[in-house]
Amino acid sequence: MSGTDIYHEMIVDYSRNPINYGEIENHDVTFHDSNPLCGDSIDIDMKIDDNKVTDIKFHGKGCAICMACTSVLTEITKGKSLDDVRKIEKHDVLSELGLEHLQAVRIKCALLSLKVLKSALYTYLGSNLKDTADVDTLKTEAENLY
Amino acid sequence: MQSTEDSFENLRNDFPILKRTVRDNKRLVYLDNASTTQKPNQVIDAITDYYRNHNANIHRAVYALAEESTEAYEGARDKIAKFVNIKNRQELIFVRGTTEAINLVAYAWGRPHINEGDIIVTTEYEHHSNIVPWQLLTQEKRAKLEYIGMNDDGQLNLDDLDKYLATGKVKLVTFSLMSNVLGTITDAAKIIAKCKAAGVLTLIDGAQAVPHMKVDLDTLGCDFFAFSGHKMLAPTGIGVLWVRKSVLQTMNPFHGGGDMIREVHKYETTWNDLPYKFEAGTPSIAEVIGFGAAIDYLTKIGMDNVRQHEMELTQYAIDELSKIPGLEIYGTKDITKRGGVISFNFADVHPHDVADIIDKEGISLRSGHHCAQVLMERLNVAATSRASFYIYNTKADVDALINSLNIVAKVFKL
Repeated sequence: MSGTDIYHEMIVDYSRNPINYGEIENHDVTFHDSNPLCGDSIDIDMKIDDNKVTDIKFHGKGCAICMACTSVLTEITKGKSLDDVRKIEKHDVLSELGLEHLQAVRIKCALLSLKVLKSALYTYLGSNLKDTADVDTLKTEAENLY
Repeated sequence: MQSTEDSFENLRNDFPILKRTVRDNKRLVYLDNASTTQKPNQVIDAITDYYRNHNANIHRAVYALAEESTEAYEGARDKIAKFVNIKNRQELIFVRGTTEAINLVAYAWGRPHINEGDIIVTTEYEHHSNIVPWQLLTQEKRAKLEYIGMNDDGQLNLDDLDKYLATGKVKLVTFSLMSNVLGTITDAAKIIAKCKAAGVLTLIDGAQAVPHMKVDLDTLGCDFFAFSGHKMLAPTGIGVLWVRKSVLQTMNPFHGGGDMIREVHKYETTWNDLPYKFEAGTPSIAEVIGFGAAIDYLTKIGMDNVRQHEMELTQYAIDELSKIPGLEIYGTKDITKRGGVISFNFADVHPHDVADIIDKEGISLRSGHHCAQVLMERLNVAATSRASFYIYNTKADVDALINSLNIVAKVFKL
């Protein structure tokens, strides 16, 4: 993907007006991570009831790609069961914004929020489940996302 | 060589990489010189000539090749010493770069000299390489790290320095001669005079200054000085640490191994003479020789001409960038107080998006925190865009940057 075509209307709009931006005061889980090279920094808060993500918000700083992808990811996640959240893949986020062929240096901007989401999930499951082997798999998956 | 724009335009022919195109056949406009510079044929040829014709390890063997390589290596040491006016070649230690130089000081000088309660003073506009080694040292020794603050014009508040010196606990003041983000040229003479009066040692990070202006270590009067080759036309992986001999004699070795020893017995070792006591193992011979060739190249141009060229270019760039609505330049606009490094933000567009969009126009612009997160915090920004110039940059490069920023404005509807 080259030229200014990754900066289409949707990306620019989301970067100016991110969706689900903010904090959840009485969240059930929160997680923070950043990209050391570029400084993109994202926190995700989630409210979880009956194994379902009933609310999700994010805050932080990032480039247009990062903000747009995080907006889309929170949209995808909201209302899903934890099992379905586990199944969210890179492609689900990238395809939503037409970023399937993003160059390697920018992929980190696009997928930081998915890494944070998966890390939040294992943090939540780790403190609520006894099957630690399963939680460890999730942790590894988050760490090796990109 | 004359300091005219023509002669600077001509020297572009010495840099093969400047002839290539990038992305969709766009002319390469390289504006990330504060990070690393391109290399002229003279440097590339010196390295290949060494490997093709002279390659052998230095200092030990008696055969012809070893004699040639030793001569070339030590000859480069003399060239570099002369370039920054180091009077005693025993004080010039080859290291991998500025980062290794500062770590060497923190380890080999810091460990035997820093104790609980001592203070090391640095500044708010340092590169991480002049912050993190001191954090490691002060944490290990239960000493303190303090910062000289900066005003909104990018100048240091030297009242802070006076305050710390008055405690009588300061052992070292360490600062960069030119900020890698703001381009601010530090008033080193003033800081060193204050420190000398208080009997405190000074370390200067010269990584950004030495490539761009005349630096005279004998006149400066600091105690430690570090700089890197790759930011001044030389290869990566080679740099210089200079330490005043009286201080060097109080330091422990950094790395133990070959070449740094005089005699090794089962349980004790005596050290080689200076500077070899601090150069363990086979050094970066080809890189040192390449560094020597870079020094020859810059000497031929003249560092006053280099500074003059960059001042003209920086003034032009600041004037043109200032015309763009919504673009904020950080640091002073007085070019006599700054080098050719310009950090800016463009409205609400993240620097990564700026860099990505203009990359498609062939422009290599840096975006991010530039290894200066303490400064980013002080400026209250997550990141900046940064353009930095060198001898081969021209007004046409600045024009290309300005034109490409218009594309950013269109995409983000500014």
